[in-house]
Amino acid sequence: MNLKTIKDNRYFYPALYILILVLFIAMPYITAPYTIILLSSIFMYVALTLSWTLFSGPTGYTSLATAAFFGLGLYMAGILGDSVPLIVAVICGGLISFVLAFIIGAITLRLRGIYFTIFTFGLVELIKHLMLWWEINIVGVRGRFVPRADNATVFYILLAILVALLLTTYFLKSSRYGMALSSIGSNEEAAIHIGINVVNLKIITFASSAFFIGMTGTIMATRWSYIDPYIAFDTFYSFLPPLMAIFGGLGNLFGPLLGAAVFSYLQETLITRFPYSYMLIFGLIMVITILYLPNGLIGLYQIIRQRFIGGKHADTSS
Amino acid sequence: MHAGYLNGPAAVEPGIVSGSCRHMKVACRLYNARTGVDYMTSIINILVNGLILGGIYALTSVGLSMQYGVARIFNIAHGEFIMVGAFITWMLYTSLGVNPLICLAVAGPILFILGFIIHRYMFKTLKDKIPSPAAFEGNSMLLAFGIMFVIQSIAIYLWGTSIKGYNYMAYSVYLGDIRFSANRLLILFFALVLCGLFYLFLTRTRPGKAIRAAAQDPEAASLMGVDINKMLALCFALGAMMAGFAGVLLSMAYQLQTNMGLPYTIIAIIVVVLGGLGSIPGSMLGGFILGIIGSIVNTIDPGLTLAAYYLLFMILLLVRPSGILGR
Amino acid sequence: MQILQVEGLTKNFGGLAAVSEVDFQVEEGEILGLIGPNGAGKTTTFNLIAGTYEPNSGKILFNGENLAGKKPNVVCQKGIARTFQNVKVFPEMDVFQNVLLGAFFGTPEKKSRSRAKSEVEEILDFIGLSDRTDMIAGSMTLVNQKRVEVARALATKPKLLLLDELMAGLNPTEVGESMELVQKIQKKGITVIMIEHVMKAIMTICKRIIVLHHGQKIAEGTPEEISTSKTVIEVYLGE
Repeated sequence: MNLKTIKDNRYFYPALYILILVLFIAMPYITAPYTIILLSSIFMYVALTLSWTLFSGPTGYTSLATAAFFGLGLYMAGILGDSVPLIVAVICGGLISFVLAFIIGAITLRLRGIYFTIFTFGLVELIKHLMLWWEINIVGVRGRFVPRADNATVFYILLAILVALLLTTYFLKSSRYGMALSSIGSNEEAAIHIGINVVNLKIITFASSAFFIGMTGTIMATRWSYIDPYIAFDTFYSFLPPLMAIFGGLGNLFGPLLGAAVFSYLQETLITRFPYSYMLIFGLIMVITILYLPNGLIGLYQIIRQRFIGGKHADTSS
Repeated sequence: MHAGYLNGPAAVEPGIVSGSCRHMKVACRLYNARTGVDYMTSIINILVNGLILGGIYALTSVGLSMQYGVARIFNIAHGEFIMVGAFITWMLYTSLGVNPLICLAVAGPILFILGFIIHRYMFKTLKDKIPSPAAFEGNSMLLAFGIMFVIQSIAIYLWGTSIKGYNYMAYSVYLGDIRFSANRLLILFFALVLCGLFYLFLTRTRPGKAIRAAAQDPEAASLMGVDINKMLALCFALGAMMAGFAGVLLSMAYQLQTNMGLPYTIIAIIVVVLGGLGSIPGSMLGGFILGIIGSIVNTIDPGLTLAAYYLLFMILLLVRPSGILGR
Repeated sequence: MQILQVEGLTKNFGGLAAVSEVDFQVEEGEILGLIGPNGAGKTTTFNLIAGTYEPNSGKILFNGENLAGKKPNVVCQKGIARTFQNVKVFPEMDVFQNVLLGAFFGTPEKKSRSRAKSEVEEILDFIGLSDRTDMIAGSMTLVNQKRVEVARALATKPKLLLLDELMAGLNPTEVGESMELVQKIQKKGITVIMIEHVMKAIMTICKRIIVLHHGQKIAEGTPEEISTSKTVIEVYLGE
């Protein structure tokens, strides 16, 4: 009962979040470097997943272009190198992805859902092969080296991106534009007929999501130190975000966050412990999630909770 | 030299185009230019190579086209069925010396059964849970992606990750002045025969007609007594079988690797969109068109073949998303 | 005063004329009926006025301004709202959210959340859904979903409302209630065009009716004139 009164306090959740944030900021001082590296990887996946969910979650337009924007961000780091401060490079990585997404959105977002998906899928491959051709025939060298940044810097920038992303998602979700985005996923024709400028809304949201993906790419490049088109434009990064989001549960803000965190932790540990069966486990999780956990981990949690606690209040869900 | 030119067209094995392979092609091109091979001969050369490539593309795409057209499954795992078909053939040929053409009769049914089981226990389960067609399309694509990983990791467990291959009819035949490897012509021949038979099956037989009816109007078809679930599983299984056939034929002339599936899936997607989503004759035609375009671009600059495919594909999506023969 | 003037409206779908050379006028404040057999081009006409499709030729003058080819969201903000033949509520959202979206985006000016909410409450009260604001729209009965759709359309503050088969699929009591609703809407000063197959409804509440057949206007007049017109009986009423 005490806990309940505390939880009802309007400052409880903001205070909790700030506490968590402070904890993360203190991380590099209190834990081993390995933890920071692991956390950075997890942050990367969480950022990619949340960015993907920002647009594809409410609208139902499954984008497979994440790898394209991520790769652009990575390459931005390679191109700018040491010439500008890291933070400027990160913002440039975000901007170039924003611009590309804006153009892509303007020409494709009038396509029906599945065509949009196929198009975004093709986009990654197109950029990859153009880039490869460019490097081999024009530049003469395949791939680029990126100056490394220290672990704590990478960690802090990723944390900043993540906080900005969470705030954006939160404010969008609670605004009229968030509602309008959901209405597009719900029934686009009805949405446009009640005065919603669906085209602009889709393009701007898609481009904003690309902005965060691009920034994440640029900062990650400093950790990988070498990139080439096959590494940068890997379709894997297009499929992971939707999978992680579904794994966590799409209906809730925390679903994709939780899904990406749990999944990427599993992935990082599985890769080192079971390098050979990792892909099999990955595939099986994917199949099981889609077939048996349509509402993801959040849905699973709700089922379990209802079974143990809320059995009597089963009808409160309406 | 021409054999070198034909070896592993970049577009067929996009994942494993190596630097040396590329240089060989460039060398061939220079060689052609230097000796001034007859203009007409080059054109015929490009065309026939395009047709060979096209035959493979057509065969790899019809299955995917049907799976999407009828069952609304955008099967990202399609290429894995091709890979399995190819490796079954490789195994039978290298260990037991079975003729690859006989392997068609072995790999086809195996893939058919595999496809049937996958549909019955996975896609049907998904369909029962998600009635909305749009949501099903998205989710089935992700499910197929998961299946892709499962099949691929089992394949790695069985066959490893190294490049495999064998020699079958690896000698040259001459058509006039132009030299072709015999196995590639055989591939073209069988690709045409299999596509033709498949088309006849769809247009002339009862189950084939039922499939086409189901593709056009599932509700009406079910009213007319067609068991829709069985029909969808059959479609998926047939699609997997066609992929298996493609794999068997491919293995005769191209290198095999357990990660070869996705590049073939991507080509198949391009072809299917080119021909019109769900239109099977469209996919066959689209396969040949893409093959010839590939062959032309390959002569100009092999490194641009795949980029050209994607460019064509994306322009097509924007200008005419329903494809060449789409409704 | 005429609120809407349609002149020479034409729409082809791949060589097939769905609507050809249709002219008509709508007086401000009236209820106009649009009838005709299936495939006559009624819904296409609505789609052209509402901006779903761009006409091949012709003018759609709304208060003197040509709206032909304008996007649906623009048309809506200019003051033309519609409902759909197959109900299109946002099924996952509750009633209040459905209508709130209309209030937020249906007018050009950006209004505060509290003002939008009070408008929605007013409209839900007017339409008789005040006790169901929390219900998930997709779980409601057909008649209530249709009401949600009308409420959502009204929330966009239309001057002209297009109702596409509001009464189809309803039982006689519900038809009666819907007829009252349409008249109440008219009393608010909103002009209504309605497509309807329920003849009783259309003959009772419309002062004027237009008949479409094969994409062409074949008759126009009062309910009495229409019900006695030879051509209309031949192609439609006599069926």
